[in-house]
Amino acid sequence: MTVDTKEPAGPAAESQEYVDVTERPTVTAKWVRRLAVASIAVAVGLPMLSLVVWSFAFRWNFPNLLPSEWGTQAWAYVADDSSRVVEGLWNSTKVAVLVTLLAIIVGLPASRALGQHEFKGKSAVEWVLMMPIIVPALVATMGIHQIFIRLRLTETLFGVALVHLIPAIPYFVLVMASVFANYGTALEETARTLGANKFRVFRYVTFPAISSGLLVASMFTFLISWGQYVTTLLIGGGTFVTLPLVLFPFLSGANHATAAAISLVFVAPAIIVLVFTSRQLGRESSVMGGFGRI
Amino acid sequence: MARTTELTDLAERESLRSRLKIPLMLAPAVGIVVLLFGGGILVGLGQSLGYFPAIGLNEFTFEYYGSVLTDSNFLRSLWLTFRIAATATVLSSVLAVGFALVLRQKFAGSRLATFLFQIPLPVPHLVAASGIILLVTQSGLTARLAYALGIIDVPGDFPAMVFDEAGIAIILTFLWKEVPFVGLVVLAVLQSVGPQYEEQARTLGANGRQRFFNVLLPLIMPGIMSTSIIIFAFTFANYEIPLLLGTRFPSTLPVVAYRLYQDPDLALRPEAMAISIVLAIVALLLLIAYRRLARYAVR
Repeated sequence: MTVDTKEPAGPAAESQEYVDVTERPTVTAKWVRRLAVASIAVAVGLPMLSLVVWSFAFRWNFPNLLPSEWGTQAWAYVADDSSRVVEGLWNSTKVAVLVTLLAIIVGLPASRALGQHEFKGKSAVEWVLMMPIIVPALVATMGIHQIFIRLRLTETLFGVALVHLIPAIPYFVLVMASVFANYGTALEETARTLGANKFRVFRYVTFPAISSGLLVASMFTFLISWGQYVTTLLIGGGTFVTLPLVLFPFLSGANHATAAAISLVFVAPAIIVLVFTSRQLGRESSVMGGFGRI
Repeated sequence: MARTTELTDLAERESLRSRLKIPLMLAPAVGIVVLLFGGGILVGLGQSLGYFPAIGLNEFTFEYYGSVLTDSNFLRSLWLTFRIAATATVLSSVLAVGFALVLRQKFAGSRLATFLFQIPLPVPHLVAASGIILLVTQSGLTARLAYALGIIDVPGDFPAMVFDEAGIAIILTFLWKEVPFVGLVVLAVLQSVGPQYEEQARTLGANGRQRFFNVLLPLIMPGIMSTSIIIFAFTFANYEIPLLLGTRFPSTLPVVAYRLYQDPDLALRPEAMAISIVLAIVALLLLIAYRRLARYAVR
């Protein structure tokens, strides 16, 4: 892939921590940086801010830049049982927690095997596990739907959680295998040589080393389940509703205020997750690097 | 004598345990993926080939593939799906590298900028679409700003970006979500590589452009390759965003397939399955070709 030279490739590539005294950021580099930061602020801030303002708008017609009448009717509707928002919130939470727990239980040993061991057929196993990320899962979901009808798993929480596991396991393993690979086995071997038993090695050596990576992987698994739309629609059959299913009809309708309020309820856990994991995702950490190793 | 056999037994059991260790660690995850994903695909594949006993079909046939592949509407939808996914993938990769190069620097406000940049990553796609809708429709915030600045007089003057055949709002939603994803992976790769290669190149007299194209880009290329595979596969198969923001005709392939699948007429299901299988095969072939090509280019 070629990158256009208009990109801040040249001078902006200098970071201060790398820069020695002889080379300081040029004026152009500073302007490129300001432009980049401003566009991040606008591109991320405007949609989010619009959602907040819209959720409190009672009347906001073109071409007004702010609502002409404010109101909390959208939030009252969200809190009302008839909107099914609270029910969706509760269902989404239950499914996402179940998916995360299941992904940890089945994914942790697998990521450890892939991250720390060399064995015959390893790349075949990696291919199999990455298939749900690479191959569009639509056909699989449709096929599963018909199997689940026979197994009476449609319209159940467990059935929905099982289909969410299909994308959840690969992403969890991708991140955790790289966490295990980064951390290696040397420390554990030392601890075992020093006489620690298996449990103590895990409790005092392995777990502390992988805990921040595990936190990120778990939260992302939670969010993968949280954001699922079409799989839940198909397997849940419309009777088991999660938040995205409640939100969707409003997005294509004209009631922007209600759509905005439900969107904010739907996005809240994501922002909470980000506050907890921001450091692990940032430039001082390599957890995100796992996605770069397909 | 008895003792020796006991010891051999023990050693054998130990070696069996160590041989079984890795398969046992992998079994639960691989088992679930193979059973659910593989099982689902097999059922779909069977139906697409005419095996659907529930409605009395059990003759093996390529008929459904034939009718799908010769349908000009199918090809139009395939092209639309590909165009949207490819545009979103290329643009997000290029933009992400640019932002990553800025965000890896330390400057006043760089922490806040990085935090802002991370926000879209955990946000659900539907919420991203929700925010984009409020911005880019013909009566959205951007159109209102354009009116305030005297650029347009009525909402109709503002270019249609939702329900348009170009799929601008769809692409914007994908970009909003995926640029931070790729950008953060690139940042992580830059972090693990460290500054030494660039410093060496600088010591040897390489200028900014040379350092970028000859040193940095090869280092981050594997990461970009992986993320672009993930993004392409995701956007190629996404259902809800094109359904929400795209034209009704032509629709992207996942939308077409799902519509046929949900039709009360069960006789349409084999065709829905054939479309989904073709979608999966095209995605797989494109990604394998891309991987080959990218590997070749990196070498």
